[in-house]
Amino acid sequence: MNIPKELKYEKTDEWVKVEDKTGTVGISDYAQEQLSDIVYVDITLSVGDKVKKGVVIASIESVKAAADVNMPVSGTVLEVNTGLSDTPEQVNTDPYGSAWMVKIQLDNPQELSTLMDGAAYEKYCAERVH
Amino acid sequence: MFTPHTKTEISTMLKVVGVNRLEELFQVVPESCRYPKLNLPAGLSEMETRQELQLLSESNETAHDLACFLGAGAYNHYSPAGVDAIIRRGEFLTAYTPYQPEISQGTLQAIFEYQSLIANLTGMEVCNASHYDGATACAEAAVMAYHTFRGKRSKIVLSPAIHPHYRETIRTYMQGYTNLTITGDEPGIDLQQHPSALKTLIDDNTSLVYIQYPDFFGRIFDLKEIVEVAHTAGAMVAVAVNPISLGLLIPPGEFGADIVTGEGQPLGLPLSFGGPYLGIFATKKEYIHKIAGRLVGETVDKDGKRAYVLTLTAREQHIRRERATSNICTNQGLMALASTVYLSLLGKSGLKQVATLSYQKAHYAFERIIQIPGYQAWNSDPFFNEFVIKCPKPVDEINFHLLDHGILGGYDLGLVYPKLKGHMLLACTEVNTRQEIGGLVNVLTEVTHE
Repeated sequence: MNIPKELKYEKTDEWVKVEDKTGTVGISDYAQEQLSDIVYVDITLSVGDKVKKGVVIASIESVKAAADVNMPVSGTVLEVNTGLSDTPEQVNTDPYGSAWMVKIQLDNPQELSTLMDGAAYEKYCAERVH
Repeated sequence: MFTPHTKTEISTMLKVVGVNRLEELFQVVPESCRYPKLNLPAGLSEMETRQELQLLSESNETAHDLACFLGAGAYNHYSPAGVDAIIRRGEFLTAYTPYQPEISQGTLQAIFEYQSLIANLTGMEVCNASHYDGATACAEAAVMAYHTFRGKRSKIVLSPAIHPHYRETIRTYMQGYTNLTITGDEPGIDLQQHPSALKTLIDDNTSLVYIQYPDFFGRIFDLKEIVEVAHTAGAMVAVAVNPISLGLLIPPGEFGADIVTGEGQPLGLPLSFGGPYLGIFATKKEYIHKIAGRLVGETVDKDGKRAYVLTLTAREQHIRRERATSNICTNQGLMALASTVYLSLLGKSGLKQVATLSYQKAHYAFERIIQIPGYQAWNSDPFFNEFVIKCPKPVDEINFHLLDHGILGGYDLGLVYPKLKGHMLLACTEVNTRQEIGGLVNVLTEVTHE
């Protein structure tokens, strides 16, 4: 399982990559593996939306399940990866790269402290495997 | 198979619950109601029961015994004997949607063919495995449009000429939606207006504009303008159809409908006192993840052979739970099969012939009736197989006389549109003969003299 150390993780398996005051959000390798083959991604945000932590920002369907993606930190949407709906399989092949979902301006950077770092998330995932 | 609990199981359960006897569980029911004397007659033998039921059933008068001019959403078309013979085969005869679908390849193939036929007929890209009836399919369209905009567009515009039951069903389905306005069909509205008149209600808060075609009064309007206005405002357009009419009319897919729904009963299903019927639901491919109900897709198995599967099931409520946009996880299996067999037996030319005959007979009846002194046409718009007549006497009185002569008269529009008291909605199909229409005209004439 691939868990990049430099990212921050939410308990519901979203990651945030922080660069200055902007954050990029996606779902983790663990999450895509649990869902199996992903066939549909519907990001429900538009540029300019102000989104609070915990709000549903996307729906994902795989061949066997459906899941929601939650906002891990509050922010204002700068960019949406609209192309992902045409190539949902990228969530399986490149969850931390081309399958990013939204870029946001962090509205409340202190919230980052509620998230796990790579090591804590790795432990969290390992506990759930059994 | 029903397996009753054994005495041991019952006593174990009672022990767990903490009571001694089963009867103790019923103590909350007042004693006089617990085992009331029902005062029923003595039991009958099977032979006697059958005789009694036979007598009872003979007091019914069905569309087969009468000359039927009643429509208003369900139509007395002829269903070829092959339809019933095929759907009664043991391999097919179940009303259930397949719950272990992939071992039911024949059922899945039939549903796939149903979907393909309906998509073709309506001019749409995708069709689901069906809903309960025209009314519930109609409500699912409204629910889907609302969720497509994620509740951000809170207005639904309904034509007042949509079947009153369909409009009622939309309101029933959506009664829990607090942020919703359903407008366009208020009681004061002018019923003779062209559907384009609804355009004044359409704005950027409108999720859906719903029109019936032919409408509840049988009228056919050009819907291009209203579709264009709706689309310019970013709203979706749903069109409720009578599928038989599409043997003649331009399919809604060709003039831009986003959703087509319909009552599938005319496609070879018996009237059967109101059901089971068939809910048609078709839409564009871009909405495939928003559709309610089941979808069958074609694929290949591991040996490369053609196979059928239930597809995109992650949309459905048993997976998506409270975030599903609809709670429908079933379809009207046997009726969908019947309509598939019907359409296959008729073919393109047969369907066109049924539609043409229904159209021509209705126009013949209309021309004859408006020549009877006292009877007037309500409107002058083009119509399919149904039309509205202003009558010189109360509609129920006229229908009473007609029934006396073995004729099932038209629908009393005053029952659902107070403004249309004294107006009758009459329908014809290929089944109505010239003699039947002559008989109808004679009795309608007689009634005015009484």
